[in-house]
Amino acid sequence: MIELKNIHKSFGDLKVLKGIDLKVKNKEVLSVIGASGSGKSTMLYCINGLEPIQGGSISVDGVVVNDKATDLNKLRQKIGMVFQQWNSFPHLTALENVALAPRVVKGLSKNEAKEIAAKQLAHVGIGDKLDVYPSALSGGQQQRLAIARALAMEPKYMLFDEATSALDPELVGEVLDTMRMLASEGMTMIVVTHEMGFARDVSDRVAFFHEGRVEEIGPAKTVLSSPKSEYLQKFLAKVH
Amino acid sequence: MDPAGNAFTDLRWVDLLFLGEAAIRTIQISAVSILVGTVIGVILGWMLASGNIFVRLLVNSLLDVFRSVPLIIQLILFDSFVSIAGFPMPAFWSGTIVLSVYTAALVAMVARAGIEAVDPNLRRAARSLGMGYWQDMRYIVWPVGIRAVFPSWIGVSLSVLKDSALVSAIGYIELLRASQILTTKTQESFKIMLLVGLFYFLMSYPISKAGDYIEKKWQQ
Ligand SMILES: Nc1ncnc2c1ncn2[C@@H]1O[C@H](COP(=O)(O)OP(=O)(O)OP(=O)(O)O)[C@@H](O)[C@H]1O
Ligand SMILES: [Mg+2]
Repeated sequence: MIELKNIHKSFGDLKVLKGIDLKVKNKEVLSVIGASGSGKSTMLYCINGLEPIQGGSISVDGVVVNDKATDLNKLRQKIGMVFQQWNSFPHLTALENVALAPRVVKGLSKNEAKEIAAKQLAHVGIGDKLDVYPSALSGGQQQRLAIARALAMEPKYMLFDEATSALDPELVGEVLDTMRMLASEGMTMIVVTHEMGFARDVSDRVAFFHEGRVEEIGPAKTVLSSPKSEYLQKFLAKVH
Repeated sequence: MDPAGNAFTDLRWVDLLFLGEAAIRTIQISAVSILVGTVIGVILGWMLASGNIFVRLLVNSLLDVFRSVPLIIQLILFDSFVSIAGFPMPAFWSGTIVLSVYTAALVAMVARAGIEAVDPNLRRAARSLGMGYWQDMRYIVWPVGIRAVFPSWIGVSLSVLKDSALVSAIGYIELLRASQILTTKTQESFKIMLLVGLFYFLMSYPISKAGDYIEKKWQQ
């Protein structure tokens, strides 16, 4: 379970998160929507400790992320993250991209790591691209590579930060399909997205962020079909 | 002494050998300086890219000194200084020390540029997979950065090879000094300079070719 209690986060004088409370249960898919700058990405970065917080507390399976004694490198192994920019390692083939972390972080042998990598690449549907460098892959394929790379660490949780926003429209579908597949396999996911269709169909709950706060949260269909918050009504009117 | 009473001798095969030996000394002093200078330069470049404001200020002003004082003056100053201070050392060593520091100052800028060329998002992705700081450095920053600045590093190496000629100013008999000695002896300055130019070319060419080759290999 991921639990955020009253978290506060600033960049210098800029207050970005102003008291976020959230609980994500195992096997749950939570979509996070909200205007640009409302703090969605920042919250994801706080969950795996890529950004420190100034107040409140975050725990993942009871391990406190913002505790100095916590081994973040260990914690991050169970929290996969996929970014808006697909961030393929350009000097490595698809197979090496995925095999790197299992080898150097988990200490698996080269062969074990490659086996896992090949399996995950097949899983996301690019099993025929093992020896291809990222520069020869489409954006959609690179994003699926990024998903495979995260899955190869066998994470318990996956965080997606607008995984489809940088893609050409015709490539969005294949990545969303991959994310749908993960959800159906029971992966616990927090998905920051602008894809309202995905939020409605795939997620259990939707959280609407507004200026660093959770303005509204609830079952996906309720939140998206009959929003209570005025801000959310305006937001939905704009994106539809 | 030849019958015409000419005090100069003709250019002979042993002179060519003499030049060849000097060329090897040029290679030696350059190779050691490039190696040592690169190691130190990479560390300094890392400090410039990752250190706090004080570290960066300190390293930058230090490097400014070495970048702005002409190499030949650094060589003469250092050589005289160690003699006056009571630790005279062979010209090879004082030359190597000064040339290494000079190389380090140049490599530091290259190394910093290399680290900064790595997209921070790439590094975040690496850290999100559980890689530690040094694993990120070793497996992501180093290989990605080196590809970005490898041509500049080759450029630094080539210029150090050529600038090593200045070590002649403190009496080390490398290629340039050797050619001066021969010129005084034989007065064949044109031929000798042609030869020396050829030697420098033969030393530089393989380096730049190897550089091109490695770059091509990485580009796929
Ligand atoms: N590293 C940073 N340093 C300073 N300010 C930052 C940093 N990262 C984000 N911010 C600021 O924090 C605020 C929230 O940013 P964040 O990226 O979390 O928003 P978001 O909801 O993800 O928006 P978007 O939909 O555009 O991705 C913005 O005002 C942004 O400019
Ligand atoms: Mg964002």
